Amino acid sequence: MSWTDPAYLVPAAGVLPLTVAVPLFAAALVVSVHRLLPRWALDGLTLLSAAAVGLMALRVLLAAAHAPVVAWMGGWTPVDGYSVGIALVADRASGAAALGTAALVCAALVYGWRYFDDIEGRYHSLILLLLAGMEGFALTGDLFDLFVFFELMGAASYALTGLKIEDPPAVQGALSFGVVNSLGAYVGLMGIALLYGRTGTVTLASLGPALSRHPADALTVAACAAVLTAFLVKAAAVPFHFWLADAHAVAPSPVCVLLSGALVPLGLYGAFRVYWTTFSAVLTPGHTRGVFLALGTVTALVGAVMCPPQRHAKRLLAYSTIAHAGLVLIAAGCLTGLGTAGAALYVAGHSAVKAALFLIVGTLLNRYGTVDEHDLYGRGRDTRFLPWLTVACGLALAGLPPFATALGKQFGEEAVGEVGSRWLVAVFVVVSALTGGAVLRLAGRVFFGFGPRPETAVAPGETGGAEEPETASRTIRATMLAPIAGLLAGALLLGVLPAVSRDTGPLAAAFTDPGAYAAWVLHAGPAAGPSAGTAASAIDSGWTASGVGAGCLSALLALAYAAGALWLPAAAHRSAALRAAARRLARGGGLVLAPVRRAHSGHVGDYVAWLVSGVAVLGGLLGLAAR
Amino acid sequence: MIRYAYLVSIAIMLIGVFGMVRARNLVSLVTCLSVAQSGSYVLLVAIGFQRGAPAPVFGSPASAPTTKVTDPLVQAMALTDVVVSATVTALLLALTIQVHRTHGTIDPDELTSLRG
Repeated sequence: MSWTDPAYLVPAAGVLPLTVAVPLFAAALVVSVHRLLPRWALDGLTLLSAAAVGLMALRVLLAAAHAPVVAWMGGWTPVDGYSVGIALVADRASGAAALGTAALVCAALVYGWRYFDDIEGRYHSLILLLLAGMEGFALTGDLFDLFVFFELMGAASYALTGLKIEDPPAVQGALSFGVVNSLGAYVGLMGIALLYGRTGTVTLASLGPALSRHPADALTVAACAAVLTAFLVKAAAVPFHFWLADAHAVAPSPVCVLLSGALVPLGLYGAFRVYWTTFSAVLTPGHTRGVFLALGTVTALVGAVMCPPQRHAKRLLAYSTIAHAGLVLIAAGCLTGLGTAGAALYVAGHSAVKAALFLIVGTLLNRYGTVDEHDLYGRGRDTRFLPWLTVACGLALAGLPPFATALGKQFGEEAVGEVGSRWLVAVFVVVSALTGGAVLRLAGRVFFGFGPRPETAVAPGETGGAEEPETASRTIRATMLAPIAGLLAGALLLGVLPAVSRDTGPLAAAFTDPGAYAAWVLHAGPAAGPSAGTAASAIDSGWTASGVGAGCLSALLALAYAAGALWLPAAAHRSAALRAAARRLARGGGLVLAPVRRAHSGHVGDYVAWLVSGVAVLGGLLGLAAR
Repeated sequence: MIRYAYLVSIAIMLIGVFGMVRARNLVSLVTCLSVAQSGSYVLLVAIGFQRGAPAPVFGSPASAPTTKVTDPLVQAMALTDVVVSATVTALLLALTIQVHRTHGTIDPDELTSLRG
C-alpha cells in the first residue's frame, strides 16, 4: 500500500469535517483563555491549529488524487442517487484550495508573531474563524452551505479589516467592505431561493441534472445572475470591485494577505464551481463564455488602468489584484479544461506573490511609518534582502518564467486562442506588464532611489499613504522575512516542478465534468460512459517557446514601463520634444483615467448602485447568451 | 396569487437598495441592508408555501406523516439567514459607532478618507 492510499492512514472522509471544526474550536478556546496565556502561547496555539488544518487539507488532497472524498454530515448518505443531506466534497480543486488557504494563513500567522501590541486574543480568534469559513467554503458540496460559509468568512474579514478601530479610514473601509459584500450575498440568496423553488434541492451535484430537465428560461437566467453576483463580488469583478481597494488600504498587512490571496481566489472558485455543477448543462459553455470573457477583460483593464497612478502602496497592490483576478476570469471563463488549468496555476502563483508583496509593504510600514511611495523615496536603501525580493515579486507579477504565474498565463493564452479570441493575448501581456511595472517602479523608487524626488503633496481625489505603523518595534525580524521568502519560493516551485503542471490537467478535467462530480457525490462511484471533461494534451507539454516568449516580453515591457515612469519626467525637463509628447500622453491618459478615478469615490451608496446595475447587466448578458 | 408574493419580495429588496444608495445616515444605510434582506425571506417562505397545507409538524394530534405540509427546509434556510443577518448588522452598527467617534459624522457624503 503506498502512503497516499486512502485506506492506509486516517480515513480522509473523517478528516474533512475536522478542517472546519478544529479552527472553530480553537477560536473559542483562544477567546476563553487569552487572559491566562502569555503572548507566545496564544500565537503558538493559533499557528498550531492552522498548521493542523493544513496537514489535514494535505491528507485530503492526496486522497482526492485517487477519487473525490465525500463526507455526508450526520450520516445522511444518498439512497438511489437521491440525497437530503449536506455533503463535504473534496476533489483535486477543492483540496488544493483548502491547502492553499491554510498555507497562506500559516504564513500570515508566522509574519504576525508578536505583531500587534494590545490585541486581547481577538485577532487570533478572528483569523481562526476566517480559516474555518474559508475551509468550509472550499470543501462544501451544498449551495446553501456555500452561502453560510461565505457569510462566516465575510463577517470575520469585515472585523479584521476594521481591526484598527481608532483609525478613521479603517472603519470607513471596513464598513463599505461589509455593506457591499453582504448585499452581494443577499442577492445570491434570492438566486438560491429561485433554484430551490425550481428543483427542490440545494446539493450542487443534484442541481445540475434537475435544472437541465427544463430549457433555459428567465428564471434560470435570473438565478444564475443572482448567484454568480455573490461570488463575483468576492472575486472583485467589475462593477462589483469597488470595495477591494478601500479594504486593502486600511487592513493590517497579514489580513491583506488573506483578503487578496485567499478570499478573491475563493470567490472565483465558487463562481466557476457553481457554474460548472449547476448551470453548465442549461447555459452551455459555448454561449456563456462570451459573458465571462467580457467581464474578465473589463476587470483586467480597469485594474491595470487604476494600478499605476496609485501612491498608496497597498492600494496599488489592491488594484493589481483586481487586474489579475480579471485575467483569471478570462482564463477560466474560456470554459475549457486548458483555461481552467491555466486559471488554477495562475491563481496559485499570484496568491503567493501578492501575499509576499503585502508582507513586504507591511515591513516597510513598520520600519518607516508610511506606505506612501512618494514619502518612502530612497528610504529603503539600507535593507539587505527586501529590494531583491520586491524586484523578484514584480517580475513574477509581470509573468517572467519560470514562476507559476507565467505558466498559468501561458495556458490561459493558449486557451483564449483555442476559443477563437486570440486578441485577448494582448490583454494578458499589457495588463501583467502594467501591474508588474508598477511594482518595479515602487521598488526602484523606495529601495534604490532611482529617478528624481517626487513631490509629497497629496492631490485632491487621490489617497495618500499616511498610515499608523502596526507594531511598536521597528526592526525587521526573521519571522517577517521568512514568510516572504517562503511564499516567493513557493511561487517559483509551483512553476518549476513538472508534477504540479501535469496534475493541473486532471484537476481541470474533474472540475469541468459535472457528470463525473455528480456520480461521485450521489453514487460514490465513477460515472458510466466516457468522461465529458475537456482534458487538454497541451498541458502535458509544459512550457512552450511561445509561452516563454510572451512571459519574457511582458517582463521586458514591465521594466520599460518602470524605467519610463522613473526617468521620463527628468528627461522631459531637458528636451522640449519629450516634454510635448509627455504632455500629450498625460492629457490622453487623463481623459481615460479621470472618470474611472472619480467613480472610485469611497462612497458606499455609489458602490451599492454599481452593484445593482452590475446585477442587471449580468442578467441581461446571460439572457442574451442563452438565446 | 402567489406571484404577488414574488413581486413583493423583489420590491422589498429594491426598496432596501434604494434606501442604501440615498442614505444620508449610516444607521439608516445598515437598516436598509436588513430591509433588502427581508426580500429574500419573503421569497423563501413564499416558495415553501402550499395552499391549504398545515405547518410541517408530524405526529398525533398534528398531521399524519403522509400529509402534504408547507416546506420546512425553506423555513430553516430563512432562520439561518436571520441569524447571519443579525450578526452582520451588529458588526456593521458597531463599525458605524466607530465611524462616528473617529470621523465625527455618520453622513456617507462626508466620509472622504478613501478616494481614487
